Amino acid sequence: MLNFPRWKVWLITLTIAFGVLLAIPSLIAPTQLSNSWPSWLPQYTVNYGLDLAGGSHLLMEADELDAANQRLASMEETVTTELRRNNPRIDIGDVSSSGGRLAFVVRDLRQVDAAVERLREVIQPVAVTGTRDWDVHVVDEAHIVLTPTPNGTQRTLREAMTEARDVVRRRIDPQGTKEITVINQGLSRILVQVPGEDDPEGLKNLIGKTARLEFKLVDEDADPNLVQEGRAPPGSQVLPMADGTGDIAVKRRVIVTGDQLIGAKQTFDQDGRPEVSISFNSTGAKRFGRVTQEYTGKRFAMILDDKVLSAPSINQPILGGQARIMGSFTVQSANDLAISLASGKLPVKLNFIEERTVSAELGQDSIRKGAIASVIATLGVMLFMILTYGRFGIYATTALILNALLILGIMAVFNATLTLPGIAGFVLTIGAAVDANVLINERIREEQRRGRKILDALETGYKEASTAIFDANITNVIAAGLMFYFGSGPIRGFAVVLMIGIVTSVFTAVNFTQMLVALWIQRKRPRTLHI
Amino acid sequence: MKLLKLIPDNTNIDFMRWRNVALVISILLTVAGLVLVGVRGLNLGIDFVGGQVVQVNFAQPVNTEDLRARIAELRVGDATIQEFGDDRTYQIRLPKPDGPEAAAPAVVTKVRAFVPQAYPGAVVSAGESVSGKVSEELASDGAFAIALAMLGIAIFIWFRFEWQFGVGALATLFHDVCLIFGFFALFQKFQVDLNIVAAFLAVVGYSLNDTVVIYDRIRENLRKFRKMDVIPLINLSLNETLSRTIVTSMSIMLALTMLLVFGPDVITGLTLAILLGTFIGTYSSIYISAPILVWLGIEPDSFLRFEETDEESGGASTSVP
Repeated sequence: MLNFPRWKVWLITLTIAFGVLLAIPSLIAPTQLSNSWPSWLPQYTVNYGLDLAGGSHLLMEADELDAANQRLASMEETVTTELRRNNPRIDIGDVSSSGGRLAFVVRDLRQVDAAVERLREVIQPVAVTGTRDWDVHVVDEAHIVLTPTPNGTQRTLREAMTEARDVVRRRIDPQGTKEITVINQGLSRILVQVPGEDDPEGLKNLIGKTARLEFKLVDEDADPNLVQEGRAPPGSQVLPMADGTGDIAVKRRVIVTGDQLIGAKQTFDQDGRPEVSISFNSTGAKRFGRVTQEYTGKRFAMILDDKVLSAPSINQPILGGQARIMGSFTVQSANDLAISLASGKLPVKLNFIEERTVSAELGQDSIRKGAIASVIATLGVMLFMILTYGRFGIYATTALILNALLILGIMAVFNATLTLPGIAGFVLTIGAAVDANVLINERIREEQRRGRKILDALETGYKEASTAIFDANITNVIAAGLMFYFGSGPIRGFAVVLMIGIVTSVFTAVNFTQMLVALWIQRKRPRTLHI
Repeated sequence: MKLLKLIPDNTNIDFMRWRNVALVISILLTVAGLVLVGVRGLNLGIDFVGGQVVQVNFAQPVNTEDLRARIAELRVGDATIQEFGDDRTYQIRLPKPDGPEAAAPAVVTKVRAFVPQAYPGAVVSAGESVSGKVSEELASDGAFAIALAMLGIAIFIWFRFEWQFGVGALATLFHDVCLIFGFFALFQKFQVDLNIVAAFLAVVGYSLNDTVVIYDRIRENLRKFRKMDVIPLINLSLNETLSRTIVTSMSIMLALTMLLVFGPDVITGLTLAILLGTFIGTYSSIYISAPILVWLGIEPDSFLRFEETDEESGGASTSVP
């Protein structure tokens, strides 16, 4: 106890001084930080979770059925074009994509082998693993069946989700300046966190739309009675009007899609009604020009996510690549649609499966109440310790305050997130951190009662208490570790505070107080120990 | 200055004399906890059953019946309306709608739009919506984490001590967890949500704190007093650690009580569960963890094996690990 080396004193003091330095910026109000804290000192601050800062948390999941159907549809498109372009041309029929697989008949039996070969070329194996995305089988001599392999489905979904993440980010934050979190979670989920946004409805309007824009010709020859029953002539389909005014039959063939857009913005028509102006890239513009020239006088449908926004007549060919989408819009909905179109369509439909929003005021209130409770709890525990252990209680409380600062400092440096349960973890740690000191002090009392001399009692007290301190803290580490691993958001915040608190409390309560005691003994050489 | 001594020096309480009485009480309480959960069930939050909650701050106190009736007109399902913290803050809870998962957020949208319109000055301060799928995952993850934590800690104690100690720790944890569940079943006012899982994990860690310290002392005394009978030895260990047990538990409970009184309302359940766990954990560390060692037949020479290896390595493992 007497020979507490000088280098150890320095090491402990410097470590604590550094930790406290890291903690201070978190205690200064953010607005004051720049003019009251020197810029050459560390600037790390604790990150507040959404439950404290206020904001929206949205969890979205890919609609896997929709993803599978889209994939089948695009495969159908590929198969028909590839086989038609094949030399000699391969005629197919009876195309069906039910039951999650694509099946069709090759008209000429002699061409079955050629068709299979051509398809296998199209469905290139994935280079590294050699597995294919689709299995090609021949059934009953003339039927070819394409089944998606689990590998392929997974790979496509992963690619789609990565793209979807970028699209979502562009929609929420077109300028790329906001502090938002958009990350993939697992294979099929996207987590969006927007601090400060306490109206999730606006967000959901923006990112909830797939925004698949298609232009198709209206099927003027369809029998209106059949359309009302939902039946369309071959080559056409029945789609609902977006404003709920009934159904309309359109040709299946797509003239132009939103993929060929280079821009979209909200504008007004001559009568001051909101609409969306779009501009096509050169391919889209040429195509749009050619079709509108060919079908002047006919009606075409503007379709968004399988709902018809409007179906105006083509008065004259539209050649400049500029078009206007009309529909029953409000300024807000037209604006949202413009942003959605400009950021590209979502490659897969996303459903909202979890949503949590906290207003900034409620968050502020939680921070205020949490801070008050933390301070009162700390003062209470300090008083209790000083009353119980006197001088050693003062050492323990000094350790306690430093412990609280170290937790803050470490959280700031690792950019850990403080949540509301984290505040509870903080208060719990304050109460529990003195345990190590209690163990040591009780042991010193005990050893003194057994008749040991002061130095001997102190020495044995610190030494013998160590095993218990170690074992007791490991159980907490196990619990906190599991909490971190399995927990989500706020719970993780709780686990983080507990884990950091366990490490710092052992350091301050054992090493730091030991140093204080050693320095006191060296200086005063007390004859009695009042503990 | 006269120092505060909650526990006088050199106590000699015969804890083990009442161990059978305590056992009966503990078993009764544990069974009661399980029965309460079975019969009354728990007030599970939307985290575990799915649904929506909207928290509203009204400008003045409102009539809940009136509010319920007006929300019923929205046709969003049976609303549960609960006062939250003060008489102007209410939580409106709605069941998850039938039909596709995608319909769920639409309900919150309706309520969000309706409330400020119907009650001028009312502000929606928080909203949550959890789908059935997510709630199932959260529930199973939570249950799994608690079970794994209990098991992990029992295994750790088995390694550090002896198997009897591991079993004792597990039984103690089981008792504590059942009692807290029982409490939540009894007082349906407190909702069991994700925060409660965190509280359980904290309790699993902290209620064992006392147990581990007592075990540590029993181990030490088993090595020191080879000739002493097990029962007096456990009594001695409990008395020696009693002051520490009380001081630490008091300190934790003191801090948590402050949080309960002054802290934010959102974490009341979490704080209460940990407070309760600390209290129960203090009792169970004395009356379950310790006596169970007698029933499992711990012997004075249980640590002889360790003692021998200790001597070889110069007694290193009795000091800092």
